[in-house]
Amino acid sequence: MSGNHEAVVRDPLILGKKTYHQMTEDICRPIEGKANKYWWISFIVAFVAMIWGMTCLAYTIGTGIGSWGANKTVGWAWDITNFVWWIGIGHAGTLISAILLLFRQRWRMSINRSAEAMTIFAVICAGLFPLFHTGRPWLDYWMLPLANQFGSLWVNFNSPLLWDVFAISTYFSVSLVFWYLGLLPDLATVRDRCVDPTKRFIYGIISFGWKGTARDWHRFEEVSLVLAGLSTPLVLSVHTIVSFDFATSIVPGWHTTIFPPYFVAGAIFSGFAMVLTLMIIARKVLGLQEYITLQHIELMNKIIILTGSIVGVAYTTEFFIAWYSGNGYEGYAFQNRAFGPYWWAYWSMMTCNVITPQLFWFKKIRTSIMATFIISIFVNIGMWFERFVIIVTSLHRDYLPSSWVMYSPTFIEVGIFVGTIGLFFVLFLTFSRLFPVIALAELKSILKKTGNQYKKKGIL
Amino acid sequence: MDEDYLFAATQTHHTMMGRAIVKETTLEEFIKNPNAGNEPELLEIKAGKDIKKERTENVTLWTEHEIGNHHWGLSIDLNSCIGCGACVVACTAENNVSVVGKDEVRRSREMHWMRIDRYYSSDADPKEHQSGDNALMEIPSDMPKVVYQPVMCQHCNHAPCETVCPVIATSHSSEGLNQMTYNRCVGTRYCANNCPYKVRRFNWFQYSDNKDFDFNTNNDLGKMVLNPDVVVRSRGVMEKCSMCVQRIQEGKLNAKKEGRQVKEGEVNTACAQTCPTQAITFGDYNRKDSAINTMWKPEERSYHLLGELNVQPNVFYQTKVRNVEEVAEVHTKGAEKHS
Repeated sequence: MSGNHEAVVRDPLILGKKTYHQMTEDICRPIEGKANKYWWISFIVAFVAMIWGMTCLAYTIGTGIGSWGANKTVGWAWDITNFVWWIGIGHAGTLISAILLLFRQRWRMSINRSAEAMTIFAVICAGLFPLFHTGRPWLDYWMLPLANQFGSLWVNFNSPLLWDVFAISTYFSVSLVFWYLGLLPDLATVRDRCVDPTKRFIYGIISFGWKGTARDWHRFEEVSLVLAGLSTPLVLSVHTIVSFDFATSIVPGWHTTIFPPYFVAGAIFSGFAMVLTLMIIARKVLGLQEYITLQHIELMNKIIILTGSIVGVAYTTEFFIAWYSGNGYEGYAFQNRAFGPYWWAYWSMMTCNVITPQLFWFKKIRTSIMATFIISIFVNIGMWFERFVIIVTSLHRDYLPSSWVMYSPTFIEVGIFVGTIGLFFVLFLTFSRLFPVIALAELKSILKKTGNQYKKKGIL
Repeated sequence: MDEDYLFAATQTHHTMMGRAIVKETTLEEFIKNPNAGNEPELLEIKAGKDIKKERTENVTLWTEHEIGNHHWGLSIDLNSCIGCGACVVACTAENNVSVVGKDEVRRSREMHWMRIDRYYSSDADPKEHQSGDNALMEIPSDMPKVVYQPVMCQHCNHAPCETVCPVIATSHSSEGLNQMTYNRCVGTRYCANNCPYKVRRFNWFQYSDNKDFDFNTNNDLGKMVLNPDVVVRSRGVMEKCSMCVQRIQEGKLNAKKEGRQVKEGEVNTACAQTCPTQAITFGDYNRKDSAINTMWKPEERSYHLLGELNVQPNVFYQTKVRNVEEVAEVHTKGAEKHS
């Protein structure tokens, strides 16, 4: 993409003796070959989980939200916790593809395709919760500012939930277009290699007649840059607006101005953790160790230290402000988080999100694939608990102690959450068999600058 | 009776946690200062070089709703309330509030539009201008002092629930009522989360005509108990106290037919009508002579629940005054007799 050269002393981003042809072979292999045993096992497990989740969801739609554990005081619980968790996970994709593109970070090229796919699938999972957590989901379209025949009825532009509708639908559509646009040259590569005429026909259609002419490439580069520019503010805006659901309310523990930056940092934190979890498995299963290298993992771990520390500072700041503000309700809300009946959720969050990522300061740990994998799982769990802590522990004891209650989930809502994890993996596994999981055309552009054997040649 | 039995209680936390929710004073203090126990919070406002002290309720960033011919409100005298619960029964009957059964009550899903909060004193309750130990404040005294407080929708003029609904299913009427439009509600429950008084009730299930909730709405005879002036809500919608809007409407229509204004006392809510001690008073703030207007004395006993939030409720409370001297006297006399 960029023409400038890279210093030979920098570690190569593509290992092994790669040629352009070898790269095409490596990356198209999962699409052209047969799925292996591990793929099928994971797919079946994910599919069963998805079906189970759909059954629970159907039951909820049939009987009512009462099949969940929420009550008069805790109106939102697992539903919105899961929603925010998934939306957060969906943040790494756009950050990698847009912001790192603008900063010309070449290492993003091996991971951006999967990260963007992950973003889209995570947003799909996230979107299910606000859609189906309403009492009457068949009327959800009332939240759209549609021309209607109901008289003067219109949406409430004061409501953060409405902002959510706009923020998430914009994010989803821009991410989808960006991801698909990037796929075009690679889909054309797959098309050109197809032996089966039906496959060739289908890949021909979905690659939009890409010919690889100079004009195609020129437009492709231009549109990529424009979309990167459009996506960049979205990385910040989506979770900012999600945080407004809480920040603009009057619930102690929610009404906090620190929420937007704190949520964005948390989202990137959890997004990268999920990218790591997936990539560590995918590089092994798909045999892509020479493209997604230890250097990539280490760089992502560094982002995790940064965002994890921001999140840690945010937790501390919240506590400090709760005390410093002198607001008794807020002071209580925070004491209750740490030492109240849900103390275990709070300390799980603190351990997973604040303590574990700090281990990455040790080079040995951040360059160990096993350690990275375990810590990334910890971060995923911790970030789920963060949302649970914010939502449930704030609501369950707010202003009037007469309404204070406890909340516990039912197996139906747990089932729906498990189902979304299943859906996510079904989508991702399907993606890995149908589309090139690495941005092939883009990565080829840096082979001669940062490929292992070319680097060696430069030195010799 | 060794068998365990899970209670179905609507209130599971019993102390006030040192918060000024039910305001209280002693007779002695009250005689000295009618504002005792209800001292207002004052904010210092800088206007140029002048600093003036203003009641928090008078400071706001919001634009006021336009108020039409009426401005309805309730007054609740905590000194008169004996916690009998007749108002809750009346409200349930008047407004077709669903009966949901013990199991749902155990899940904290009772549908009551109003409730009687009951608080016990705690030995750890903080003295004035002190903070207490939260964990200890949760434990009621062995022989607690008890207070009752009827709580229904406070019909805030700056209602937190109204701003958060994405579909404007809850809105402010020109008569100061916070009104719920069931037909428009999609059930996000955001309003309930954002209600500081937690008075909003969600239809978690279809409670009427449902065998799983085998109460009065499952048979014709039971249905005859329902009030024909009030709609029966369906599943997935939020509901709450309407300040008996059907009665207000009826009163207004009767007055209109007769070409006159609504008379004081002509309209009354079910809770106020039923209260045996007349602790609840309903009225129109727009009438200078109405009882509710003469009762509103913030410089004496009147206060808004959680007034510091400045949501400007149309319901106000009146401080409870305890005659502790007499009680203490009786106690000491009793002790003397016993010894």
